[in-house]
Amino acid sequence: MEIKATMAGSVWKIAVAQGESVGEGQDVVILESMKMEIPIPADSPGTVKELKVAEGDFVNEGDVIAVIE
Amino acid sequence: MIEKILIANRGEIASRIIRTCKRLNIRTVSVYSEADVNSPHVDMADESYLIGPPRVNESYLNVEKIITVAKEVKADAIHPGYGFLSESGTFAEQCEQAGILFIGPNSKVIRQMGSKIAARTAMEQAGVPIVPGTKEAVNSIEEAKNIAREIGYPIMLKASAGGGGIGMQVVHSENELQTAFEHNSKRALTFFGDGSMFIERKIENARHIEIQILADHFGNAVHLFERECSIQRRNQKVIEEAPSPFISEHTRNLMGETAVKAVKAIEYTNAGTIEFLVDEEENFYFLEMNTRIQVEHPVTEEITGLDIVEQQIQVANGETLSIYQQDLSMNGHALEARIYAEDPNTFFPSPGHITNFEYPEGPYIRNEVAVKNSYDVTPFYDPMIGKLIVYGRTREEAIKRLKEALMNYRIDGIKTNLPMLKVIADHEQFKRGNTATNFVDKYYLTEVENTK
Repeated sequence: MEIKATMAGSVWKIAVAQGESVGEGQDVVILESMKMEIPIPADSPGTVKELKVAEGDFVNEGDVIAVIE
Repeated sequence: MIEKILIANRGEIASRIIRTCKRLNIRTVSVYSEADVNSPHVDMADESYLIGPPRVNESYLNVEKIITVAKEVKADAIHPGYGFLSESGTFAEQCEQAGILFIGPNSKVIRQMGSKIAARTAMEQAGVPIVPGTKEAVNSIEEAKNIAREIGYPIMLKASAGGGGIGMQVVHSENELQTAFEHNSKRALTFFGDGSMFIERKIENARHIEIQILADHFGNAVHLFERECSIQRRNQKVIEEAPSPFISEHTRNLMGETAVKAVKAIEYTNAGTIEFLVDEEENFYFLEMNTRIQVEHPVTEEITGLDIVEQQIQVANGETLSIYQQDLSMNGHALEARIYAEDPNTFFPSPGHITNFEYPEGPYIRNEVAVKNSYDVTPFYDPMIGKLIVYGRTREEAIKRLKEALMNYRIDGIKTNLPMLKVIADHEQFKRGNTATNFVDKYYLTEVENTK
C-alpha cells in the first residue's frame, strides 16, 4: 500500500524506519506546509517496505512517500 | 534622508509598504524568491531582485544576500515588514554595520523583547502588570512540575523563543505536563534553536488586546489606542478590530499610559505593539511586545487617520514625532478579516492554483492582497493571502459591511477560510462583542459540528 502526501510541502520528519512495523493511524512522516506541521499517518497496519523520501525533500500532493506491506 | 527603501519581505505587506513609499516619492526595491516570480510585490516596485530558491532560509531569511542587494542598489533603508527578519537582532545589527537604516528599533531592544523571559523582566521593572509565572527558563520537567503545582493548573506552557503559536500549549494536569513539556521543548529547539520553556498561569476567558505605540529617537512616545484580536485559530489571529468592544474608557487610558511608560523605560524607538491579555474584570497582563509593524495595523490606521508605515519611515529618518497624544482620537470602528488559504474547518493549509480571484470594492472597504487571478499559492510561506478591512461609524455598521463584503469575495481553485469568516461575522455572540480567545472553539467549531 502506498502512503501519499495529502498536500504539497517539505518533509520535516520521517517518523519510521524501513522494516519497522506500523499501526493504523501511526504517523509515517510529518510534512511542513505553509509553516504548519502535517502528520501523514498509515491507513492500515503493516511493515514499512520502502521510504521514498528523505527529510528536507519537497513533495507535491499525491507523491508517494512510503510503501507499507 | 531616505530616498530609496528595500523591502525585505513579500506578500501583502510588501505591496502595502511600497504604496506608502510611492506616495512619499521614495523609490522602492523588492526582493523575491524563485517561488514568487509572479507575485504582485515584484511588479509594484521600481526595481526587483531575485534573491534565491523558495525556501525561506535561502531567500527571505538570507541576511547576507539581502544586505548585498541593498548595498548594490544603494538603498538608504530596509523595511523588514512583519515575520521573516523583522524581529532578528542579527539582521538589524548587520544593517547598522552596513550603514543602512533598519526601519524598526535597534538590535539591542529587538533581542530584549525577543526573549520572552527578558521581556517579562523588563516590563515588570517598568511597572507593567505581568501574568504570574516563571522569571527564569525552566529546563527540566521536575522543575516544571514544581512550578506548576505552585501556580496551579491550568497553566500555559510557552517556548521562550517561540512565536506564531509554535511551542505553546495549555496544560491542565501534571500527567499532561510530562508529554507537553518534552514535545514543545523539542519543537522549540527545532524551530527556533532554543528549547527553553517558561510557565504562566492560564487566564480564563481572556481577551487579546494590544496597544499600538510610536516612539522617536528623542524620548517622545504616543499610543494609538487598542486593537482587539481575540478571534483566533491555532493561536493565530483571524479577525481584529479597533476599538475593542469590551474595555472601558478608563481601562483604555490606563493601558495606553502603561504602554507609553513601558516603551520609554526600555528606550524603544519606531512603531511597536504591546500585547496584553485582559481578564473578565478588565485586569490586563503583559503578553509580549512585537518590535515591528503588525499584520492588523490597518484597523488602527482606519480609526486614527494615520499611516503607520509613513510614521515608521519618518522616525527612522531621524525626525521627531509630528503628533502629540492629545491630538489623537478614535473615529468610528474598523474590522479586519484575514483571508487564509486553508480548510475552514480543520485549518489545514491548502496551497494550489487560484483559478479565479475577485475581491469586493467600494467605499469603506480596504483590501490588502498577496495574490491575483491565475496564481499559484505555494506551500513555502504563511497561508495568509489577503486582508479585508472595513470601516463603519459604529461597530454594528462595520459588521454589516464586513458581511456584505465577504459575500462579494470570491476565490476559486483552493480552499479558503471565507466560509468561516462569514459564519463569525453573522454570529450573535460576535455581534454582542463576546469575543474571548476561546471564541472559535466555543462558538464556531461547535456550529460546524452541529451542521455536519
